[in-house]
Amino acid sequence: MPEGPPTGGRAHRDLERYAGLFASRTRVMKSSAMRDLMAITERPEVISLAGGLPDTSTFPAERLASIMSKVAADSSAKALQYAPTEGMSAVADCIAQVMAEEDTVIDPSDVLVTTGGQQVIDLVCKTLIDPGDVIIAEAPTYPGAVPAFTAYQADVVQIEMDSDGMRIDEMEEALERLEREGRRPKFIYTIPNFQNPAGVTMSLPRRRRLVEVARERELLVLEDNPYGLLRYEGDPLPTLRSLDGGAFVIYLGTFSKILSPGLRLGWAVAPVPVLQKMNLGKQESDLCSSSLSQMFVTQYFAEGHWQDYVLSLRDVYRRRRDTMLDALAEHFPAEATWTHPQGGLFVWATLPDYIDTTDLLALALQSNVAFVPGRAAYLDGRGGSSMRLNFSGVDEHAIREGIRRIGEVVREQVGLFATITSRPQSGQAPMSAPEPAAIDQELADVLHLPKRDKRERRAE
Amino acid sequence: MSRVAVLKGGRSLERQVSLKSGARVEDALERLGHDVVGIDVGHDLVSRLRDVRPEAAFICLHGRDGEDGTVQELLEIVGVPYTGSGVSACMRCADKVVAKHALRDAGLPTPDFFAFSEMAFKQLGAADTLPAIEERLGFPVVVKPADQGSALGIRFAPDAGAVPAALVAAFSYSQKVLLERAIDGRELAVSILADEPLPIVEAIPLGEDFYDFEARYEIGRTDFACPAQLDDDATARVQQLALEAHRLLGCRGLSRVDLMLDADGKPWILEANTVPGMTETSLLPQAADAAGIDFDALVARILQGAS
Repeated sequence: MPEGPPTGGRAHRDLERYAGLFASRTRVMKSSAMRDLMAITERPEVISLAGGLPDTSTFPAERLASIMSKVAADSSAKALQYAPTEGMSAVADCIAQVMAEEDTVIDPSDVLVTTGGQQVIDLVCKTLIDPGDVIIAEAPTYPGAVPAFTAYQADVVQIEMDSDGMRIDEMEEALERLEREGRRPKFIYTIPNFQNPAGVTMSLPRRRRLVEVARERELLVLEDNPYGLLRYEGDPLPTLRSLDGGAFVIYLGTFSKILSPGLRLGWAVAPVPVLQKMNLGKQESDLCSSSLSQMFVTQYFAEGHWQDYVLSLRDVYRRRRDTMLDALAEHFPAEATWTHPQGGLFVWATLPDYIDTTDLLALALQSNVAFVPGRAAYLDGRGGSSMRLNFSGVDEHAIREGIRRIGEVVREQVGLFATITSRPQSGQAPMSAPEPAAIDQELADVLHLPKRDKRERRAE
Repeated sequence: MSRVAVLKGGRSLERQVSLKSGARVEDALERLGHDVVGIDVGHDLVSRLRDVRPEAAFICLHGRDGEDGTVQELLEIVGVPYTGSGVSACMRCADKVVAKHALRDAGLPTPDFFAFSEMAFKQLGAADTLPAIEERLGFPVVVKPADQGSALGIRFAPDAGAVPAALVAAFSYSQKVLLERAIDGRELAVSILADEPLPIVEAIPLGEDFYDFEARYEIGRTDFACPAQLDDDATARVQQLALEAHRLLGCRGLSRVDLMLDADGKPWILEANTVPGMTETSLLPQAADAAGIDFDALVARILQGAS
């Protein structure tokens, strides 16, 4: 039996005791049926294509051990100490190397080292967004950005994409419209390479035009580029940062997909006045990112093999992507479409509009397979017949089997719909647009972060 | 002081809500001085019950297995007294179609409806009846899975064109679906405790689309008024009707009866829930609170009714 002060035992679960203390902004952190569904995807017997995790299993354990020992032996005091808010300069040099790999030349002193790329999104919102300010984003957009945008009470306008990425012409129309309405867009959020969740890549002409528009209108662009180096086919395209030269682009990078998300290290490169504000914001958030992680990265890069590991990841993920695309072609019905990502971690599949992928997920879970329903990537209730499929987190066998199972339930629904609609009809009304359903603003957990083990789990 | 097993979690789609209900109930039982064992219900349920040998099981399972009589049946066999309704009442209430037939047969008001199994569409040409059904029920029509406890899979079809997709959605959750006449009006819930109706809770959507079911169950998008702003006469009628439904369906100890009050002031019973939620935003605890029964007292009363 638990003993001791009331902080032990189960008191921490006693939510209602604290309910009166919560800030009103926590009201958007809601629970919903869709969230409850997503929670079920964590059952061990479920093949989850819903996550967004890189595969960290191929990183050699002895290498991890030797880097850690080296850091401990050579720089123990420094690794255990606070770091500067902007990050250690040695890490900024590593970051400059990574960005040079995509032909993007920066001054390491323009770098802010952050706690994962996610912190950049938070800091940019914190720095730029007053309640009601407009953020332009892609449709669909990164589900993990949605809660950040919502928490800062931004008004998000989502712009359609096609196989060449965001429709810049539509974006310009939206900007015109907003200007007429006197609404103020603060920044344009885009993932130009192998977009999460859509898997498409912005074409060069659109990149050029986007940068021009930003300059003409003096708008900032947040270029989120976690997957740029994970290209499996085609020629690399210049980053927006390199096209713009740094006047209106805030660049977001991360070590999560090229090394490890467990390090929690990302970065921002931004125009100096913006960077200074973000630096202040970071100071009040967490003072600095982990020194230990920064020392680890420094040592890892000093050994000079970081590109080899990226190459090995590319091989693994390319095979998995191909497996997924083959499986989709084999198991999905003719009515379905999906993107062909040239890199990254995700395929975006779209089903006939009478299928709702949130409902489909409930059915799929009975077959022990999961994906992210498309609605998680929209703030306006769209995306109801789409789904995000991840191919980096599970092996080829699981990908093949997972897609087969999803294909089976999709075919079931297609068949049922055909049966229902084959009735003799007099004056059947045209298909109604699907009703916008509730969006889940706390789907950051589509990432399916690993759970703490039982002994550690105290604060839940 | 006695040993109480709190049954929670399980494999239903409402697992998360159930875990929250269960956690709160465990806290309350501990404060009441019981020896509490939480059991996340899985394949080892029976052996856990035999190991733990509880004097009572407090059921906090929602949806499939926990609310449909399955777990209750196991408890009967193992010989552990449990809270709430027995097997047959659970089976009746978990299947909205069965419950609505019972209500209609007894002359209690429930919105007009028709129900189908997936097989009826696939093998018996049920689709041919849709135009006639739509004519009888009018639009919008509500399409619901027969045995899904939460808002998942419930759709309003504003016209005939929207019915097939709504059916496909509902069949994602259940082998059987119902099409029900939509009642335009106020949404009320009457919780019954120890066979007495508690103050009525009204769910008031906050400027959202009325037809967005999910929104109505989310914090911040729905306001709950308790007691609902109704005159004494209406309150008494609604409570009496809920109690009649509770008795008719054979519920024991506690239940929550959901109703609509139409523009003419006529109440319509939608369904009865045998294991109402016990989370911080759930309606039964709100109603009990309005009756001056705090959460611990509520839990104590429910446990008292275990048999």
